[in-house]
Amino acid sequence: MAVRGNIVGIDSPEALEKALRAAYYLADEGLATAAYLGLALGKPLLLEGAPGVGKTEAAKAIAAVLGRRLIRLQCYEGIDASAALYEWNYPRQMLAIRQAGEESIDIYGEAFLIERPMLAALRAPDSAVLLIDEIDRADQEFEAFLLEFLSDFQISIPERGTVRAAERPVVVLTSNRTRDLHEALRRRCVYHWIDYPTAEREARIVMMRASSVAEQTARAVVAAVGKLRREPLSKAPGIAEAVDWAEAATLLHKGGARWPDAFKRSIGVALKDEEDLHFISPRLDALIAEAAA
Amino acid sequence: MSEELQLPRAAQIFISFVALLRANGFAVAPEQTTAFLAAIELLGPRSLEHIRHAGLATLAPPPERRATYDRLFDIHFRGSEAIERAEGEDEEAIRLQEEGRGEDEPPLSDEANESGLAAARAEALVERRFAQPSTSDALRRLSREAAARLPRRRGHRRMRARRGPFADLRRTLRESVRNDGEVLRLGRLRRRTRPRKLLLLIDVSGSMKARTEENLKLAHALLQAVGHAEVFTFGTRLTRVTRPLRLKRREQALNAAAHLVSDWDGGTRIGDALQAFLAVPRFGGYARGAAVIIVSDGLERGDVSALRDAVAKLSRRAWRVSWLTPLASGPGFRPQTEALIAIQRYVDDLVDGGSSAAVVSHLLSLGTRRAA
Repeated sequence: MAVRGNIVGIDSPEALEKALRAAYYLADEGLATAAYLGLALGKPLLLEGAPGVGKTEAAKAIAAVLGRRLIRLQCYEGIDASAALYEWNYPRQMLAIRQAGEESIDIYGEAFLIERPMLAALRAPDSAVLLIDEIDRADQEFEAFLLEFLSDFQISIPERGTVRAAERPVVVLTSNRTRDLHEALRRRCVYHWIDYPTAEREARIVMMRASSVAEQTARAVVAAVGKLRREPLSKAPGIAEAVDWAEAATLLHKGGARWPDAFKRSIGVALKDEEDLHFISPRLDALIAEAAA
Repeated sequence: MSEELQLPRAAQIFISFVALLRANGFAVAPEQTTAFLAAIELLGPRSLEHIRHAGLATLAPPPERRATYDRLFDIHFRGSEAIERAEGEDEEAIRLQEEGRGEDEPPLSDEANESGLAAARAEALVERRFAQPSTSDALRRLSREAAARLPRRRGHRRMRARRGPFADLRRTLRESVRNDGEVLRLGRLRRRTRPRKLLLLIDVSGSMKARTEENLKLAHALLQAVGHAEVFTFGTRLTRVTRPLRLKRREQALNAAAHLVSDWDGGTRIGDALQAFLAVPRFGGYARGAAVIIVSDGLERGDVSALRDAVAKLSRRAWRVSWLTPLASGPGFRPQTEALIAIQRYVDDLVDGGSSAAVVSHLLSLGTRRAA
């Protein structure tokens, strides 16, 4: 096992956690450990969790800590190699052939290659973090294709040969778990399941992310969101929704709305499903009053 | 084995922990063990919590079995002090315990008889038919024709075609190189079609008793034939049985599934079961754009409005909702039960589910239907 050792002075999970905090991301012990191990062992980091618990944010924070560019590859059903790896610039190649006339020309030169996220990360492993976002949206074929990339970190381009990374690039994968990922993929990665944070930590996150929000507001919002998550809703509010709700309520309050009212009127940023709203609305007043207490 | 290959004694306890995990059905690959040891070495001697986190990160137990992992970890590293904790339930099954109603449901005495009667009537309908191909014939037909006749959807990827809406620049360029850069013919591409997701929800309550085993056999045959189907059973609870039914041998698969399902032949609370299904985002996602097939007689003992809402929600998410009931035996079928009348306007097909042959032929006919 290639232990990469220390990375820019981060030599323990605690140090990474502190660095992440400086990048405005509050990681719990499990996430800090997993991320540290991923970096140190040179393995991709696979983050799973409900939507809105901060998986993508974690990748952004890691990129910020390392001082690297974040290259994001958003997965979708039907994503294929030409969207993930590379593509030839065909119109340009055709023009080049026309212009060359009788002379010979290499139409597979650098100028005709369009880099896509995975190739870009491979060619600049020390200055980029590759985020493969929502891998569960991609289909099984793409997942299988990813296996090769994640274990060898190389891409072969038939016209040019194999591109190999000088060192293992930092790769973060996220999944909403809308389907089970293949065991082989999980095996190659360092894995962490991000859960909803504790109320205490979530309140700190809200205050950190939305600086205009007062502590009391943050606590009230977090308590209310915590209650909402226990209801049988079709989409429970995530951390991002909690932050939005706190900000929206603060904004309305500054505009002259009274407190419980400001929460109630801005519920739309936390619950985004008509049926959920309908389901919760009879008890919304009580819920907010209870949370604000 | 030579001396040099012996692991340091300190590592033994970690190796044996991995062995313990494997013995409890966790899939741990050798390279994960290596990563686990490397992680412990890297973190240095610290608290047990670090070892737990290192294990979580490198051995990657599935989140739904996290509790089992923690229990095994405690037993292994902390010894007996932690064994006191209650035996956990099986995490594979997402159980639906209803709130509001009494925790201990009274035994389903007379209702059970009533539903038994209904089941017997359904049975009689089946018996009265003649010249029906047997179950195994139907299943064989399903596995033979599934790949070709189950519904498909338009995919995102493109394939070369004689005619199509997109230009195939790659192929055109390659051909033009052969002709000194002259484009003689423009290659075309069209969208490829992909198999559509299938979601099969099987009623295992008392009133469906006579059909339950057949339906599970059918689900097994379906899962063996296609890779993109999900199967759940429901009665008073909802259980995902996709995993056990993926096992190749039928007896083994059915036994494993039977082991998971705990509400065989009980009452029916379809509405609550479907609501629970929709409330889990991961499960709800299975229905999105899928062909949803519900095999149930719709003898609802719970609240009909809950059922109606759930089916309405399901039909908005799904490509097409089919409700297969053994009660719908003839073409002139008019639903009589309150539940079926309530959901009639939300389901796209309300057809016969009284025999495997009927279910199979409906499944195979889905491919020619359109979204509703």
